[in-house]
Amino acid sequence: MAPVTIQVEKLGKRYRIRGAGPAYATLTDSLADIARMTGRWFRRTPAPLRSEPRIFWALKDVSFEVRAGEAVGLIGRNGAGKSTLLKILANVTEPTEGSAAIWGTMGALLEVGTGFHPELTGRENVFLNGAILGMRRADVLRRFDEIVAFAGMETFIDTPAKHYSSGMYMRLAFAVAAHLDTRILFVDEVLAVGDAEFQRRCLNKMEQVGAAGRTVIFVSHDMAAVRRLCSRAILLDKGAVVADGRATEVVHGYLHGGAIHGAAIREWRSPSEAPGDEVARLRAVRVLDETGAPAPEIDIRRPVRIEVDFWNLRPEMQGSVSLHLFNEEGTCLFATNDFTTEAWRSGPRARGLVRSTCLIPGNFLAEGLVTVNAAVSSYRRVTVHAIEKEAVAFTVVDRSGGDGVRGPYAGAWPGAVRPMLGWDLGTLEPEVPGVG
Amino acid sequence: MATEGLQLPAERDVGRAREATFSPPPTRVIRPTSGWAPLDLVQLWRHRDLVFLMGLRDIQLRYRQTLLGVAWAILQPLTATAIFTVLFGRLGKLPSDGAPYALFALAGLVPWQLFAYALQQSSNSLVENRHILSKVYFPRVIIPIASIGAGVLDFLVSLVIVLAAVAFYRVGFGWRIALLLPLSLLALVSALGVGLWLATLHVRYRDIRAVLPFLTQLWFFATPVVYPASMIPERWRPLLGLNPMAGVTEGFRWALLGTARPSESLLAVSVAASAFLLVSGLFYFRRAERTFADII
Repeated sequence: MAPVTIQVEKLGKRYRIRGAGPAYATLTDSLADIARMTGRWFRRTPAPLRSEPRIFWALKDVSFEVRAGEAVGLIGRNGAGKSTLLKILANVTEPTEGSAAIWGTMGALLEVGTGFHPELTGRENVFLNGAILGMRRADVLRRFDEIVAFAGMETFIDTPAKHYSSGMYMRLAFAVAAHLDTRILFVDEVLAVGDAEFQRRCLNKMEQVGAAGRTVIFVSHDMAAVRRLCSRAILLDKGAVVADGRATEVVHGYLHGGAIHGAAIREWRSPSEAPGDEVARLRAVRVLDETGAPAPEIDIRRPVRIEVDFWNLRPEMQGSVSLHLFNEEGTCLFATNDFTTEAWRSGPRARGLVRSTCLIPGNFLAEGLVTVNAAVSSYRRVTVHAIEKEAVAFTVVDRSGGDGVRGPYAGAWPGAVRPMLGWDLGTLEPEVPGVG
Repeated sequence: MATEGLQLPAERDVGRAREATFSPPPTRVIRPTSGWAPLDLVQLWRHRDLVFLMGLRDIQLRYRQTLLGVAWAILQPLTATAIFTVLFGRLGKLPSDGAPYALFALAGLVPWQLFAYALQQSSNSLVENRHILSKVYFPRVIIPIASIGAGVLDFLVSLVIVLAAVAFYRVGFGWRIALLLPLSLLALVSALGVGLWLATLHVRYRDIRAVLPFLTQLWFFATPVVYPASMIPERWRPLLGLNPMAGVTEGFRWALLGTARPSESLLAVSVAASAFLLVSGLFYFRRAERTFADII
C-alpha cells in the first residue's frame, strides 16, 4: 500500500464572527461604531445590520488520511468548511485544535495568479508568482520556456500584464501553477475559470503528475470535475466529515442524499442573518408548483415557479434578481434575470420586501436534480449584492406516458434540457421514384 | 525527505496514530501554537528567492509609469534641503557645526529619508499584500523585510548626490566614510524594528495608516536632521540616543563632513535602542503572525 502523505487528526477551527469577540473589542472599534451609527441616523438609513458576535466552528473533529497517488475531492455546500480545511492544510491559517501531518513537499493553489501585479510584465509575474507558490527561482528559470509555451504567450511575455485580456492573464497564471512540482498539491475551486479547452489541458497536466504518485486534494463545486479527476471524495457538512469514499458514490450521495435534497424552500428570518449587503438582502427562495405548493419534486410536464423574496433596501440601485440553474453534473443549464420584464424596466421598485417570480414552463427541463443559485445584482457598476449558491434544489421526474417529450420511448433520453419544440411536417412528393 | 529543522513533530502524537507502520517523520506538522516563537531562520533562508523577488517587484514598481523615474530619488532630498536651508539655515539661523548649512542638512536628510521610507513601506506592507497573505504560506516576516528594498535603492542614488556635494564643497573624505555602511544598517534595523510593530498592529487596526505620517513627522523633529545635536545640553545627549536615528544622522555628518564626533555613549545607546526595537518587533510579529490570515 502506498505510504500515507497526509494525516489529519481531530482538526478544528473556531472563528469569532465579525471579529468582535472580547479579544477584539477595542476603544477604536467602539468609536467607529458610534461614528457609523451617527452617520446612519443623519442619513435616515435603516439600523445597522449587525449580528451579535458569536463563536462558530468552521471545522470540528475532522480526521482522515490520504495516501500517495490519491486524488481526493472535497465537496459540500458553501460554508461546509472545505476552504477552511484547505487553508489549514496549506498552512495559511492555524487550526484551533487537532493536528495534521504532511509527508513530502507541498504546494497550494488557493487562487490563480496570487501576487500577479498589473504593472509587471508577464515574465516578471511568472517569476514572482512562482516564488510565491514556493518554487525556486532556478526551477522557474529552467522551465520558463515550457511555462510560456504552455500558456501560448510567447509574443506578449514582455508586455505589462495590465494590457492582457482576462483570458491571457488566466492562462499565464495557470501555466505557472500547472508547473508546480510538489508531491502534494492542494487546489481550491480555481479551475472554474478560463476557457474550456485550456481548463482541460490544465487538468490533464495535473492528472499526469498525479499518476506519478502525487497526492492531490481538490475542492470543487463542479461535481463532474470531481468525478472525473478524483478517485475518492470527502463530503463535509457544517464542518464535519459526513461521507468519505469512492468519488462517484459520495458525489451521488451528496446530490441525492441528505445535504441538499428536499430543500425546495429556503428562508431567512431577519435581514441580519440573510445573505446580502446594504442594498439587498435575501428573504426567501422557493420552488413551487402551479398551485403554489412547495415542489421538492416536480413532474416534467408541469411548470415550476421560482420565487425570490428580498429586502430591497436601496431601490435607486435597481437591484435585479438572477437565477442560475445547474444539473447534477454541475453544468449551468441557463441563467435568467428579471430585468427583462417591462415591470422592472419601468423604474425602480418599491423599498421594502419585494418578490420576483420566474416561471419555467413544463416540458422544458430535463429529469434529474436541479440546483438553483439566486442572486440580486445591480448592473450600472456590476455588483452582486446578495447571493446564495445552491439556495434551493428540486428533482424533475419524468412520468410522462406518451404525452411528454420522450413520447412513447422509455429508454435514457440525453440532453441538458428537454424542451417540447415545434416541428413542421410536410409532404414533398407523393411518389417515390422506382418504387411501384 | 527533507525535514524542516525547527518544525519537527511531537513524535508521540504522530506515532500514536501510525504505530503499526514504519515511516519517516513528517515533513511538516500543523497544529495550534501559542506563546512566543523564535524567528525561523531555516525557513527564511529557504525562501530567500521570494525575499529577493518581492524586493525586486517593489523596486520595479516604484518608478514605473513615472515621468522622472529614478530622478525622484535625487529630487526629493535636494528640494527638501533647499527648503530647509532657506527656512532653518537662513531665516532660523540654526547652527550647523561649522559645515555649510545645505551640506549639513543634506547629510542628515539622506539617512533620514532611508529610515522614513523603510518605516512607511514596512508598516503598510502586510495590509498591502493581504491578498497574498491570505492565500499562500511563507514566513510572513518576508513581506516587511522585502518592502524596504526600494528604499535602499533610493538611498544609494541619493548617497551619490551627497558624495558629489561633499566633493563640491571640498570638505574632503577620510577613512570615516567607511562608517556609512554600519550607520545605514542601523537606520534600516531601526526602521524594520518599528515597522514590524506597526505592520502587526496595522493588520488589526487600520488606524496605523493615519497615524504613520504624524509619527514620522514628530520623529523627524525629534531627530537632529535640521539642527545639530550640539544644540542639546551636554548631559541630555546620551538620552537623545534613545532615538536611534539621532546616532545615525550625527554619525553620518561626522563621517561625511567631519563635524563633531558623536559621543560613544550616544552611539551605544542608539545601537542598543535599535537592537531592542528589532528584537521586540520580531517577537511581537511572530506572536501575532498566526492570526494574520484570519483577521487581515
